[in-house]
Amino acid sequence: MAGAVTAHLSQEASKRPKHITESAGVKWVLISIAILFLGLAVAMPLVSVFIEAFKKGFDVYKAAITDPDALSALRLTLLVALIAVPLNAVFGIAAAWAISKFRFKGKNLLITLIDLPFAVSPVISGMIYILLFGAQGFLGPWLDKHDIQIVFALPGIVLATIFVTVPFVARELIPLMQAQGVQEEEAAASLGAKGWQIFWRVTLPNIKWGLLYGIILSNARAMGEFGAVSVVSGHIRGETNTLPLHIEILYNEYQFSASFAVASLLVMLAVLTLLVKALFEWKTNQRASQEKLD
Amino acid sequence: MKGSKVKKSKNVLPGFGLSMGFTIAYLSLIVLIPLAGVFVKTTGLSWNEFWAIITNPRVIASYRISFTTSFFAALTNLVFGLLVAWVLVRYRFPGKKIIDSLVDMPFALPTAVAGIALTAIYAPNGWVGSLLEPLGLKVAYTQLGITIALIFIGIPFVVRTVQPVLQDFDKETEEAAVMLGAYRLRTFWKVILPELMPALLTGFALAFARGIGEYGSVVFISGNMPMRTEIAPLLIMTKLEQFDYKGATAIALVMLIISFLLLLLINFMQWRINRRTIAD
Repeated sequence: MAGAVTAHLSQEASKRPKHITESAGVKWVLISIAILFLGLAVAMPLVSVFIEAFKKGFDVYKAAITDPDALSALRLTLLVALIAVPLNAVFGIAAAWAISKFRFKGKNLLITLIDLPFAVSPVISGMIYILLFGAQGFLGPWLDKHDIQIVFALPGIVLATIFVTVPFVARELIPLMQAQGVQEEEAAASLGAKGWQIFWRVTLPNIKWGLLYGIILSNARAMGEFGAVSVVSGHIRGETNTLPLHIEILYNEYQFSASFAVASLLVMLAVLTLLVKALFEWKTNQRASQEKLD
Repeated sequence: MKGSKVKKSKNVLPGFGLSMGFTIAYLSLIVLIPLAGVFVKTTGLSWNEFWAIITNPRVIASYRISFTTSFFAALTNLVFGLLVAWVLVRYRFPGKKIIDSLVDMPFALPTAVAGIALTAIYAPNGWVGSLLEPLGLKVAYTQLGITIALIFIGIPFVVRTVQPVLQDFDKETEEAAVMLGAYRLRTFWKVILPELMPALLTGFALAFARGIGEYGSVVFISGNMPMRTEIAPLLIMTKLEQFDYKGATAIALVMLIISFLLLLLINFMQWRINRRTIAD
């Protein structure tokens, strides 16, 4: 960014007049700082999880992830995601359909309301369900009389997980469907297609990659949610512990290697999530360049 | 927001009533009614009780700690986020794809995992902690540790809000400044930075808002000492565990109001950015 200009310019920069861009020296200093920052802040914690996990050898690692409590936490985590993610996917599609295909008053307000869970602290996201369904809560006495348990049980964990992942699919689909407009659907309708036919044959194929990306993002958050689930779970080992809560318990019991071993499973989930994201972006670019060719 | 308000003559597509009805019903049941419970619950408190809870020294200290650590973390991300976005948009270099993916990692990684990993690194016997210890610098179990966890959590926000704006940035303005004889650094300060300002502020506000509410990545590294490293969300958690629901709700209400104000501010700024792009 300095005024000095040298002759060593990158391929990209050389397309533009020399004095408009930074010198090569400045460029490489900036790139180094960026790599150093992300390396220290992001890559190092990731690597440390695996190193800590294997510190006491492979047997300890294997024992930690095949421990009955770990397996039951894994099962619960999968079950919760299996309920929460499809529900939010349906919500996201419905919300995106209403917002992107029609005009109505209060659209901006609705979008803001969908974003609301992002602005709420995870601890508060869990707390609101305690206030509603807990023993001292609004519906507590009624639930107690009918012997229904919501908080400190599966329904509470599912509700808290749904709350924190509500915006993900909708946030991906709304801009995508707004950009695509309504022409294709209107053409299908004028040719006599019925509502669901339009959706399955025209809309869904157009949004499938965005939908998949939204689902994979909300899945990562659903499986990894800690604060909200921690409030409503009750921490009953083998029953209401999800993987992140299991990690916390092991860590607080100074079983560090076991804790990091279970954590490494979630790191692999995060890496997989980002790989799908890369695939999604590659597909979108491919589509964009194909449209250019057409 | 009923179906009748849609201009039917302009739209032949079906499904407005169904999709809108489902959206509103789902949002109300999952988000709006439960959140309203916080407001209803606090009406059970008299103003004096409410005031006594939220002005308790321990509560005030937790707000102060949450705000200062979130502020400095967001500020750090403002500077480095801009730098990373600049590098990713303007330069080509080997490993760029990997660097770009690393930016999203804090979104994808569960907060508890980030929390224990950062604590292991910055604890007095950790990789970085053991290097800083002889210098008299303690990171884990101090406010500096909380700030580092919040920097990790906030990285994607500034980068991902600035990146698209920088990508669409009109290079002609930049070139015109140079033609008029401005030096590169001056062009950056006078031409580029003002254009990026709304996006930078949005990214900052997003990172700040996320930092105030963050729990999972902070509780391990903070040490949770009342008055010194106890953040507001943790204090809510402690009150809930003691079945002090009134206390927890009062602290939460203050946080919710601050979050909503930040959300409104962020949406307003994003609306301004969009309007500017459309006007162009």
